[in-house]
Amino acid sequence: MSASTDGPVEPTERPSASGEPIERAFREEWTAVVATLARRQGDLQLAEDAAQEAFARAAVAWPRDGAPAKPGAWLTVTAWRIALNHLRHDQFVVASADDLAESQALPTSDHDEVATQFEEQEEALGMEDDRLRLIVTCCHPALSLEARVALTLRYVAGLTTREIASAFLLPEPTLAQRLVRAKRKIRQAGIRFELPAPADLAMRIAGTQRVIYLVFNEGYSASGGEQLVRVDLCAEAIWLGRMLRRLTPDDAETTGLLALMLLLHARTPSRQRADGRPIPLAEQDRSQWRQDVIAEGVALLDDALQLRAPGPYQTQAAIAALHAQAPNFAATDWLQIALLYRQLARLSPSPVVEINRAVAVSMADGPRAGLAVLEPILASGLLNDYAPLHIAHADLLDRVGEVDAATVAWTRALAATENGALRAELARRVAARTSNGQPDATMDNAQ
Amino acid sequence: MRYALLIYTSAEAETEANAAMSGGALVGHNDEHGAWVAYTRALKDAGALIALERLQSVETATSVRLRGDERLVTDGPFIETKEQLLGFYLIEAPDLDAALDWAARMPHARNGVVEVRPVEPQLPLAQIVAE
Repeated sequence: MSASTDGPVEPTERPSASGEPIERAFREEWTAVVATLARRQGDLQLAEDAAQEAFARAAVAWPRDGAPAKPGAWLTVTAWRIALNHLRHDQFVVASADDLAESQALPTSDHDEVATQFEEQEEALGMEDDRLRLIVTCCHPALSLEARVALTLRYVAGLTTREIASAFLLPEPTLAQRLVRAKRKIRQAGIRFELPAPADLAMRIAGTQRVIYLVFNEGYSASGGEQLVRVDLCAEAIWLGRMLRRLTPDDAETTGLLALMLLLHARTPSRQRADGRPIPLAEQDRSQWRQDVIAEGVALLDDALQLRAPGPYQTQAAIAALHAQAPNFAATDWLQIALLYRQLARLSPSPVVEINRAVAVSMADGPRAGLAVLEPILASGLLNDYAPLHIAHADLLDRVGEVDAATVAWTRALAATENGALRAELARRVAARTSNGQPDATMDNAQ
Repeated sequence: MRYALLIYTSAEAETEANAAMSGGALVGHNDEHGAWVAYTRALKDAGALIALERLQSVETATSVRLRGDERLVTDGPFIETKEQLLGFYLIEAPDLDAALDWAARMPHARNGVVEVRPVEPQLPLAQIVAE
């Protein structure tokens, strides 16, 4: 089993005590073993426990006996035997002497031989398929969205319970309980670790994309907490996106999603001030944007578009690409972006898309045109608690010179925001206005 | 694995479904009755059908509660909601996805909600039934 390092290195690796690349490789091995065992056993808890024990044994056996020729297969065979042993004990079947010997650690040479046979068997079945089975199962619609996110990050990305809890600002026991309940539902309701029928696969892949994008979004624009950007989640989401792309190379939206995440992530170095306050797109120092990441994102978007199966992620990626390739905010192709938002509204209608379209229209056709787009959303009252709506509204009101109305809107934006960094920035702007009555520089929604 | 397909419906849809499931003489409902027959036959032919019952309408329900020594009998279902239990199918299916497929094929699924829940396997109490 190889550690995947396709494409440029992720913009940020997780720091670890043992060294960054080692930890990623470890997690990939672990999740690969879990995936194979889950498929064979149909029990995620058992797979997890057996994998854990196999790795613990490796930590003892390999320094002592030397690393095996095929480490991945060694780990999988060992975990497989541990799992079998658990099952036998559960069923109170008395193990024969042979079975007992089998389940103990064998001399390295015997183990290597069995491992080779095992690996050949597994290759015939398709080891990569196990990863697809696992991620598609973790993203089964019968599980709640939050359960799907937790399962995917735990068993497909290999994050620990503590890491996931901290990333989502939840107490660890809460996250642990969520995982326990989810695994129980998988077992009790009979969710199998199988690829769905071809007719259903497309829908399940879409569900998986949604989970990955949710993780990315959470990292990109943290809804709570003090930091605006939680880089770890973005890196994990990109890693998951790469893996999904390896598994479903012909799915245009999978490639589109990866392109979108990379193009957004490339802006990360310029999005925050030293004190954590967010910097709007209009003011970001584009020289800090990662050009290599942008180049990869643009290339992937081209690949996706070649497949001639348009969709929302590809459209969003196209918008992000236009931003990424523009020298500055003013010189951006706003007309094209406005058209793309209109296309996005057709593919995936939502008030949020309309807000972004309003901003783009205002840049292409002037602030009054943008206000016209916002009117129906404001009137509906549906998004009264959505800060970006009020930010967009406030900005446009400033640009047409309606300062008082704008101040009201900025205040509503502040009231609607829970993220500490964004609150601080909005509070500063409201205070600055009321003190000297002058509107501040353009604060754009799009970041 | 055995699954219960619990059929929930609103009162208006229930009246229509009642007629359709029982093959009533209401005009225009023969097609729908036919759909239920076809669905049930498909389950039977696939060896998946264990049982099915249609409950009579919610107006016929009576609820019983015990509070201390007192038996409280009230008119009506357990809980007054817009959606009520119409009936159920008990089926055999290899996994949840197969059970969900059957639920989606049910004629009712278009108008209401079908809840799919696994049945507790090998319940000692249930084994008394077969004695």
